[in-house]
Amino acid sequence: MLGLTIEQFTYLFRGTGWTVVLSLLGFAGGTLLGLPLALARRSASRTLRLLSSGFVQIVQGIPLPVIMFVVYFGMSIGGYNVPALVAAGAAMTLYASAYLGEIWKGCIQAVPKTQWEAGECLALSPLQRFVHVILPQAVRIAIPPTVGFMVQIVKNTSYSVVIGFFDLTYSAKVLNNSTYMPFTVFTIAAVLYFAICFPMSMIARRYERRLQRT
Amino acid sequence: MGYEFDFSFLSSYAPDMWRGVWLTLGMTFVSIVPGFVLGTAVALARLHGGPWLRGIATCYVEAIRNTPLIIQVFWLFFGLAVLQIYIGSFVAAVIALTINVGAYTAEIMRAGFQSIPKGQVEAAECLALGPVQTVLSVQLPQAVERVYPALVSQFVLMMLATSIMSQISAEELTGVAYMVQSFTFRGFEVYLVIAAIYLAMATLLRIVLMGVAQVSFPRRRRLRTPL
Repeated sequence: MLGLTIEQFTYLFRGTGWTVVLSLLGFAGGTLLGLPLALARRSASRTLRLLSSGFVQIVQGIPLPVIMFVVYFGMSIGGYNVPALVAAGAAMTLYASAYLGEIWKGCIQAVPKTQWEAGECLALSPLQRFVHVILPQAVRIAIPPTVGFMVQIVKNTSYSVVIGFFDLTYSAKVLNNSTYMPFTVFTIAAVLYFAICFPMSMIARRYERRLQRT
Repeated sequence: MGYEFDFSFLSSYAPDMWRGVWLTLGMTFVSIVPGFVLGTAVALARLHGGPWLRGIATCYVEAIRNTPLIIQVFWLFFGLAVLQIYIGSFVAAVIALTINVGAYTAEIMRAGFQSIPKGQVEAAECLALGPVQTVLSVQLPQAVERVYPALVSQFVLMMLATSIMSQISAEELTGVAYMVQSFTFRGFEVYLVIAAIYLAMATLLRIVLMGVAQVSFPRRRRLRTPL
């Protein structure tokens, strides 16, 4: 089929599986770290605000492949011989948290200030105000940009190829080296990425339109 | 943790790193202008083109935005090699970056064009401006002004994305880092230094592009409206 054997297709699909695993890992880690980051960016403490915005500025100013290398070599000098998945997952976590934190900060800010004030008038504690009043509204605003960023995460897992992580890009590269059919191999790889990313792009757009209408 | 940091490689590899920095910046600046022109043309095609042109422009934007840059680069570079066309890694990188950033710019510019009030176009019509004149001297300047910060972010991201061009053996900054690392076995230190250089370049690029805005949008400066 298309000049490739079944085994070669299976090889590409295995890479695709690892791309999905790394994407999920990056998104989970990014959420875990990004949520406190978004809160820290809006915190009353100046130090917390400075630290969190410094972190975001630094991560957003360094290319993801370089972050991958720093994490990879940084972990190995700690005496841990880590598998590429761990290093790539940690790098994706750092990268995703910086962007997700920034996106969610904006979403929390987008909830009108009067909502906080109304919560205060109802004698809700700050935590209650945040959880019951602000968060439900912020989540609605956050869905389209978050799903949109998940597309970025999936695409950017391809950079893990620099530290030799076996993902879709890596498997396509190896397959191209052995078959020497770049157009076929990389078109199939592009189609596979597209098949994962395009539905998410569509969902993001649909939610965005729905949000604009209300 | 008994690890001793050793940055002594810096002095002997500084010239190589400089060359890497220049190549990275070169790729970035050479790709910005054609990328912007392509993106604007595609945005206009999606807004004003016939059904065919619109369809092609939409396919282009969606195809590029939903696949990784590195696959696009491999497709172009290794594909052309099979066709016996050898263009060198710098040219391949610039072409790939232009095509890539063009798709993102198209979406940004489309939002810019759509944000212009209808009254502006009607006013241009009243002044007997043709459609081309309306786009070039009324809509385009206003659209660029509105979306400029988004464009700057996109171009900074593109500069960071050049780091992947070491995969097609371009000797840009990340490529140099890999070489230094393989000679010195000081991977962590090398990439810490490289990360700091990228951070400085990203900050600098942002400042320069914002400076360009100060010069090229005199109306904004007079009105004192921030970008």
